[in-house]
Amino acid sequence: MSTDLQTRTAAQPGERARAPQGPWRSNIGLKIIMAVSGILLVLFIIAHMAGNLHVFEGREEMNAYAAGLRSFGEPLLPHESFLWIMRIGLIAAALAHIWSAVVLTRRAMVARPVRYASRKPARGESRHAVATMRWGAIVIVLFVVWHLLDLTWRTVNPVKDIHDAYGAVLATFSPERWPVTVFYLLALVALGFHLRHGIWSAVQTISGPNTKWRGRTQAISLAVAVVVVAGFAIVPLAVTFELVS
Amino acid sequence: MKLSLRIWRQPDADTPGKMVSYEIDDVSEDASFLEMLDVLNERLIAEGEDPVAFDHDCREGICGACSLMIDGQAHGPQAATTTCQLHMRKFKDGDQIDVEPWRAGAFPVIKDLVVDRTAFDRIIQAGGYISAPTGTAPDAHAVPVPKQDADAAFSAAACIGCGACVAACPNGSGMLFMGAKVAHLGLMPQGQPERHTRVLGMVAAHDEAGFGGCTNTGECAAACPKEIGLDVIGRLNRDFRKAAARAA
Repeated sequence: MSTDLQTRTAAQPGERARAPQGPWRSNIGLKIIMAVSGILLVLFIIAHMAGNLHVFEGREEMNAYAAGLRSFGEPLLPHESFLWIMRIGLIAAALAHIWSAVVLTRRAMVARPVRYASRKPARGESRHAVATMRWGAIVIVLFVVWHLLDLTWRTVNPVKDIHDAYGAVLATFSPERWPVTVFYLLALVALGFHLRHGIWSAVQTISGPNTKWRGRTQAISLAVAVVVVAGFAIVPLAVTFELVS
Repeated sequence: MKLSLRIWRQPDADTPGKMVSYEIDDVSEDASFLEMLDVLNERLIAEGEDPVAFDHDCREGICGACSLMIDGQAHGPQAATTTCQLHMRKFKDGDQIDVEPWRAGAFPVIKDLVVDRTAFDRIIQAGGYISAPTGTAPDAHAVPVPKQDADAAFSAAACIGCGACVAACPNGSGMLFMGAKVAHLGLMPQGQPERHTRVLGMVAAHDEAGFGGCTNTGECAAACPKEIGLDVIGRLNRDFRKAAARAA
């Protein structure tokens, strides 16, 4: 190897490895899409959880809240227009989140074509994520399908009147339909683990905090997950144990 | 001490490999893991068998050549240690130890436990350099660098490019390696001219080599023999977002 002092020049752009696609289709680009759509979904989930608590105010208030979501912005906006803007945004965020997750999962499977014969339990700082994120996601998707059939379209709900949200909630979580409540609670556990890792992971992907702030983000993430799971779980538990009737 | 080893044997890149068992007696607990393999190889050569191929060079934990997955852990059970610095006193008499190569699509097996890590070289070629002429070592105070930045850059520069991060990652991602380079160069004034092209070029080369994406599980940082933390991946993400927004 020559030890002569030479002027070095940067590699020309043409000599560099060329991206197979634009930066937003790269692993980090897809992660940013997943993180931003995930944060939007978290905001929706927090609003949904808070809205559910109207069930403790009784039939009138709960149904008025549900009707209010449809008439929000009237008479300035047409009926249900605000609701549909929110729904379209929500569907777009969910599709972007799932699409980026599927592409990245497939790339990850290609990146490890041969598995290790010997495996040890995960020991990283977010070790629970290895086992819970992808399987939990499948549970959450299955739950959302059931949830739409149950409380949005009422296909599997005994209360068909779309304006009686209170009645539908009471009917679906009635004590004799306990498997529905159990499935709901299981999905919440999956959601809790998903949020516990997902929120701080999204912040790490978007803003890359330093070590001190990463720790704080992880703590906030866990707190949000606990509050969301508790806020959602209290409704079916209260109905099943007939504290709300 | 007496050990039973199960070692991945693969004659070349195109032939399928398998785990092969070896019994080994009288292992000194003062031997390093690689010296234990040397002893096994001496025996295999004497018996007319093909010795186990493994990568090694400095044997003092600074070159990044050694690369063994020992019992499912990159560089073995001891934290912040390369395989060459791992000693047999960490194991017990009668232990069964599994030894495998790094497993990643971007790191194909060449023979036995030796993998081809030139994908890392391609990532470096795509941006892991500076164009500022450096010449001889300048006076320490010629270019002022804040102490915090100098310390963080120095910690990131401790990366020896061994590939343990990729081996430990559930997604076979090389982001801790890439993050270490981006942090090391991006924190110094000499690294600023290429800051944006560096991160875009390295990420493109990383993806093209077939490494997976980061899911922030932290397995890489737990396996890193140089204790490089997830903060470098945060910095990589941040630099990438800014560079991609500027390029768009």
